[in-house]
Amino acid sequence: MTGYIVRRVLSMVLMLLLLTLVVFLLFSVLPTDPARLTCGKACTPEVVAANRHNLGLDLPVWEQYWVYLKGIFVGRTFGSGTATYSCDAPCLGYSFKRGEQVTVLIKEGFPATFWLAIGAFILWITSGVSLGIYSALRRGKWQDKLVMGVSLVGYSLPSFFIGLVLLFFVILKWQLLPYPDYVSPFENPLQFFQTMLLPWIVLAFLYAAFYMRLTRNQMLDTLGEDYIRTARAKGLRERIVIRRHGLRAGLTPIVTAAGLDLAGLLGGAIITERIYSLPGIGSLAVNSVVDADLPLTVGITLVTATFIIVANLIVDLLYAVIDPRVRLV
Amino acid sequence: MATAVDTEPSVPTESAVPEEIQGRSLSAIAWGRFRRDKVGMWALGILIFLLLCALLAPVITNVMSVDPYSLNPDALDKENGGVPLGCGLPSSGFFCGISREHPFGVEPGTGRDLFARMLYGLRISLLIAFSATTVTVLLGTLFGIVSGYVGGRTDNLIGRFMDLILAFPQLLIILALSGVLTQRLEAMGVPEGNPARITYLILVLSIFGWPYLARIVRGQVLSIREREFVEASVAMGSGTRRILFTEILPNLWAPIMIYATLTLPTYIATEAALSFLGVGLLPPTPSFGATLADSVTYMSIIPSYLLIPGTLLAILVVTFNLVGDSVRDALDPRAGRV
Repeated sequence: MTGYIVRRVLSMVLMLLLLTLVVFLLFSVLPTDPARLTCGKACTPEVVAANRHNLGLDLPVWEQYWVYLKGIFVGRTFGSGTATYSCDAPCLGYSFKRGEQVTVLIKEGFPATFWLAIGAFILWITSGVSLGIYSALRRGKWQDKLVMGVSLVGYSLPSFFIGLVLLFFVILKWQLLPYPDYVSPFENPLQFFQTMLLPWIVLAFLYAAFYMRLTRNQMLDTLGEDYIRTARAKGLRERIVIRRHGLRAGLTPIVTAAGLDLAGLLGGAIITERIYSLPGIGSLAVNSVVDADLPLTVGITLVTATFIIVANLIVDLLYAVIDPRVRLV
Repeated sequence: MATAVDTEPSVPTESAVPEEIQGRSLSAIAWGRFRRDKVGMWALGILIFLLLCALLAPVITNVMSVDPYSLNPDALDKENGGVPLGCGLPSSGFFCGISREHPFGVEPGTGRDLFARMLYGLRISLLIAFSATTVTVLLGTLFGIVSGYVGGRTDNLIGRFMDLILAFPQLLIILALSGVLTQRLEAMGVPEGNPARITYLILVLSIFGWPYLARIVRGQVLSIREREFVEASVAMGSGTRRILFTEILPNLWAPIMIYATLTLPTYIATEAALSFLGVGLLPPTPSFGATLADSVTYMSIIPSYLLIPGTLLAILVVTFNLVGDSVRDALDPRAGRV
């Protein structure tokens, strides 16, 4: 067990290193001139040259990467002479467009994204899994068909269409909710809930649709196993058979999927955040792309991908705890 | 071996079927199953209709005498900032702007006919989705087959590479690289403007899509590789290329087909989402996503501008998914309904 964990953690660290390298190369080699992107159209060659030097873009690529990597662990300083900008320890770069450290910007965007992800997660897990189980137990009946139909529509509809339609009907036409305006839940809980309700529903619907199917198929697989027949044959009541023998084995793969999906969402839900103007990481990411704020884009990409890689490890380890049949060697 | 045709539909056997048993190919069996699937047949009908609409778009628009690009100032209400006629008033109806000449209404500001634009948008959307699916299938099959058959270090390398791709925030990367990569493509000789943008979309969609298929193919190859006919081929001295593409590949078409039909609709939706966010084609070119993005501004005045294109897109994706589901049920009956 310990050996397995050590090996997994090591390979994860390797993955993360590789990730920084790939992201770095993607964004520093592909653009014809990154320094040119740092200022707009009214840009003199002198300013471009100065920015190039300040950002360290005049160094060879490998050296740039090394400086970048070092910055993540010990921080770094941009510029020289009087015009220096310090960037603290987990330094993912400095956004000259916004005059702020990338890490700070991401931290500012995180709460909105976090609340969005958590709320949607709770909604979709409860509704998706319970409907999936219900559907499996009613296999072939009309209830099953109804749930599967809803699920099909749910994962077919583009999320931005559901988001826009709900925005139109609930907020504009029927005026059941005020126009979304994000505040912290600790500041004004009512306004927070009114703002988040639709985004939660939109995201949750999308994911729940997928989880209904997944849960249903898992449950049907499990209920077809021999040990379920044995449990029934030894005279256990149906409820106990389902609950104690069916659910435990049937739902373990759901944990894997749920962990990865939650991690993905913590990196920002671009479309939902855009439609409901939530100031989260997703909105920040789109804005960074629109303003060609390269350091910020790179930073967000790295953070988001790191979430997923770390979640991969956690989920794998968790799996062994939940399902005693899994032996980690 | 002969009866295996009926009991194991996902693995067609190549051996000759004895005379007394009616020989049916895998596709004939699958089609027989598909035909009994009512929902699937309906969806297929609607889909064929939509495909025909896309294919015949120039003819249809000609007959209706509409055009996706020409401006129609007559259809606009000049006193109300150029919204479609009948849409400016607070009391205006749900489907204002719709007339016999313009069955889906017109675009506010320009007066371009929405019906024609949706038809042409359908064409581009399908073009991108079909091409991206083709590239995805090629890449996924190639890497999956090599990874599964060769194994060892190559397998490991491809596996890690796929993990890395899957860890990336797909939408963000596609957005972020669109500018620079489109420029690179243009520098490489792809015609500037829309061709370069379409190429970019096809490329990135496939690059983020192939690992899923490669995993499925790899899993299948792992078991096929151990079967007798492969062993026989190895014993007869066939080269690796022959074994991979003449012996193993024909056994993979069921999972590949299933994957392709279920991937196509997701590509249509992703492409629309990308145009919605502003990475797609340049403005006058019709596109679902761009129209929907534009409709946000006019949502409270012209609801039909949001609802008609959106519903059309939804119908397209849902029918594709329904057909995909039925194809899966037909090719691999054990997968969907256990």
